[in-house]
Amino acid sequence: MNLIQQIEAEQIAKFLEAKKIPTFRAGDTLRVGVKVVEGERSRVQNYEGVCIARSNKAMGSNFTVRKISFGEGVERVFPLYSPNIESIEVVRRGVVRRAKLYYLRGRSGKSARIAELRDPKREA
Amino acid sequence: MRTGVIAKKMGMTRLFQDDGRHVPVTVLALENCQVVSTRTADRDGYVAVQLGAGTKKAKNTTKPERGHFGKAEVEPKAKVVEFRVSEDALLTAGETISADHFIAGQLVDITGHTVGKGFQGAMKRWNFGGLRATHGVSVSHRSHGSTGQRQDPGKVFKGKKMAGHMGDRQRTQQNLEVVSTDVERGLIFVKGSVPGHKGSWLTVKDAVKGPRPDAAPYPASLKSNNVSAPAVADAAPAAEAQTEEA
Repeated sequence: MNLIQQIEAEQIAKFLEAKKIPTFRAGDTLRVGVKVVEGERSRVQNYEGVCIARSNKAMGSNFTVRKISFGEGVERVFPLYSPNIESIEVVRRGVVRRAKLYYLRGRSGKSARIAELRDPKREA
Repeated sequence: MRTGVIAKKMGMTRLFQDDGRHVPVTVLALENCQVVSTRTADRDGYVAVQLGAGTKKAKNTTKPERGHFGKAEVEPKAKVVEFRVSEDALLTAGETISADHFIAGQLVDITGHTVGKGFQGAMKRWNFGGLRATHGVSVSHRSHGSTGQRQDPGKVFKGKKMAGHMGDRQRTQQNLEVVSTDVERGLIFVKGSVPGHKGSWLTVKDAVKGPRPDAAPYPASLKSNNVSAPAVADAAPAAEAQTEEA
């Protein structure tokens, strides 16, 4: 492990002491608690949608959550190890055969559905 | 004016602040940054410290170099640089500089050689537009075009931007912020990017623009005088607190 990897591993270990990240992948529906600062006080805002991409690169890891808000598709990219993310909750696991679900951008309604994963053995 | 240090570029990463802001940082490592020799006004006509960093095998060191390093009783160094200092900031040979020479929040200038790009055309090197894709342009779509006027002046002016070697030139990045330091491992975390490849040598100095922070150790933070180190450590967090407020 080179120095940079070592530094990043330490930071990730420190982050995981305080917070837990559930196992999730593209196709899962997530509820992300995002810290929002309004003037003096800060609160947690939930953002719920389908995870369409996850990129694992140590401290640079991030994931993209897509949802339909007022008829308009909205995508948000969250850094995985950001202190601004209060919680990540997996609402529903999906069956998909791709790592990146960018094809969902061109679809809406019935064709944009993702089947739910029923098999508990495959959940891990 | 106090001495700078020689550091090795280790690579870039990101740090998250407690308030959620992320800071892209370059990691610089001090590898046995020691004083090899000094220059004094009496003997040399100017005042400077000569620092060395890294290690070099003795068999790859010339005899005169071996003698020079032996005089200071230091291991042979891979990189040797002189830093001009004021007379009261002169150090003695053999001292080792530690990473808390710089404090969090202070600004530094970093000098190094930029990444070499080899022989490049005018489009990449000088952002020329090139020639048109059609309308009779033949073969020379990426050429620089005209380089001058007519019989008068009848020559290409010196300094004309043309194709040639790009990169691998000494460049200084000014006013980079020190985010934090790690004394144990000898690391300095600097906000933003610095010139050069990973593994290349850089010189880090206090920023010439703006004053040196009062909390920065003067004349230098040395590993030998651990007695004064706690006093420095106490001063550093105070300075951090100030910068955070600002």
